[in-house]
Amino acid sequence: MITEFTPYAALTGGALIGIASVLLMLFHGRIMGATGILAGAIFPSGARDWSWRVMILLGMVSAPLAYLLFAGRFPPVQPVASVPWQVIGGFLVGLGVTIGSGCTSGHGVCGMARLSKRSIAATLTFMASTALTVYVMRHVLGG
Amino acid sequence: MRLISAYIIGLVFGLGIAISGMGNPAKVVNFFDVAGTWDPSLAFVMAGALGITFIGYRLVLARPRPLQEDRFYLPASRVIDARLLGGAVIFGIGWGISGFCPGGALPVIGTFNAEVLIFIAAMLAGILTARLILKRREQALAARSAA
Repeated sequence: MITEFTPYAALTGGALIGIASVLLMLFHGRIMGATGILAGAIFPSGARDWSWRVMILLGMVSAPLAYLLFAGRFPPVQPVASVPWQVIGGFLVGLGVTIGSGCTSGHGVCGMARLSKRSIAATLTFMASTALTVYVMRHVLGG
Repeated sequence: MRLISAYIIGLVFGLGIAISGMGNPAKVVNFFDVAGTWDPSLAFVMAGALGITFIGYRLVLARPRPLQEDRFYLPASRVIDARLLGGAVIFGIGWGISGFCPGGALPVIGTFNAEVLIFIAAMLAGILTARLILKRREQALAARSAA
């Protein structure tokens, strides 16, 4: 499936992700990692630590509606995996980000911006793993 | 105020995901498909996010404390071990299969797309399983060091 190259939207969206990461550190002193925020919302360590996480998640989930108000349509979502593959992929993502303590936002953006060697190692590893998986799925298995 | 700021930050993050295309599996997978229908857009997402965060963190972390908490909560671990890299490899396989990463998928829940709901349910199962495995491993290590 071909997708259009959208450098300006990508840069703008990326800048907003960066702004959210900086604001979360400025106001709450926390890393903007989707994995960590979600895990702390499901397994709270206390009421005060739970409520801000839930509000972040609510803000995230309401973003498509805000997008709809401005753009007149929901942001495009074109799935690439059938339901069984979606289940396998989702399970592996949940497993991997919990074992590896972070995902694209936590390690890839926040950790790399802190020049954390741990996050740089994790990011290079999962980028390579993702690229190899995409190659196998598309060009070997032909899914 | 603390909760309002959290909501707005989540909204800004989610809009960033929506506008950038990080919540669209076809775009994500095409970024990695250099041998096929390559779409380099995601490099621009990372450039925008990293550029702002790199500069912003330097300004914010120079402050004595955040505005609404008494300290910064920064990850303490510095070890690069098998757990970190193994987890990253597993995450990458899942990301490559589905095209959704956690930060990309969570805001997309708001579109009520059926695939993302299936992905999120499976991801939650993966998170629970990993926590059980990690807890078992911790208990086994504790038992071994006690013996």
